[in-house]
Amino acid sequence: MTSGKLNLTAPGEREIVITRTFNAPRTLVFDAFTKPELLKKWMLGPPGWTMPVCEIDLRVGGGFRYVWKGNDGVEMGMSGVYREIVVPERLVATEKFDQSWYPGEAVGTIVLTEQGSQTLLNQTIVYESRQARDVVLKSPMEGGVTAGYNRLDEILQSQN
Amino acid sequence: MLRGTVHYHLVMQPVGYTSQDFSLDATFAALADPTRRAILARLSEGDASVLELAGPFNMSQPAISKHLKVLERAGLISRGQDAQRRPRHLEPLPLAQASEWLEEYRRFWENRFEQLDALLNELKAKSRKRHK
Repeated sequence: MTSGKLNLTAPGEREIVITRTFNAPRTLVFDAFTKPELLKKWMLGPPGWTMPVCEIDLRVGGGFRYVWKGNDGVEMGMSGVYREIVVPERLVATEKFDQSWYPGEAVGTIVLTEQGSQTLLNQTIVYESRQARDVVLKSPMEGGVTAGYNRLDEILQSQN
Repeated sequence: MLRGTVHYHLVMQPVGYTSQDFSLDATFAALADPTRRAILARLSEGDASVLELAGPFNMSQPAISKHLKVLERAGLISRGQDAQRRPRHLEPLPLAQASEWLEEYRRFWENRFEQLDALLNELKAKSRKRHK
């Protein structure tokens, strides 16, 4: 059995909605979204980057922190706070990049529905504005990479 | 002020910097409505007048005209020369740009999810072993 095709839409003014089927039970998919040692293996950054930091405090009001690192030392971090946790079916959290290339904070929701031996993922990200949503669509991570390099420039200059 | 305007028209606009961002923004807003998406689908089969468009959607002409205005402002459709019918015509370029965007974003997440597929297979194999 193969996993489903990713379906992506940008309905409404500020949302991005992704649905996809995974060939695994819901508990495993939920674990993969909430356990640092698992997230590190698939929540990839730009090509060739690693994810050296993945910290999760899985409780409502608890925070998470992800950091991706390029091989030339550039880092890109993202943090957020959990708003709703229903194991193993629903997870709502805020998210914001350290050097964000789009305005405001976003709120991500994942809903997992069991379908036989498969799991349907519905992932919705609501941005602060239509403009922010469209910027993200246009450059999912390249914007973050550029922000990271700009920060590296600043650090190097301040050390001169 | 004048220098800024000249710079905008000579430098920014030709590379499609600001103007493209605005038109894509309008494109997504226009595409957010199911009726407007259906109108575009209908026009992809050929030009049609307001009257012809109103029929299958079971909507009044003013209601359809409102949707057409949004599509027109987003550059997704244009009006034909025939003065009587003013047939609407699909402009494929902004639509193609918008789907290119979506496609890039889709690939980004698909790469992640392919890794997740591999991880889930690994986890399933492990739990099977444990249960043996």
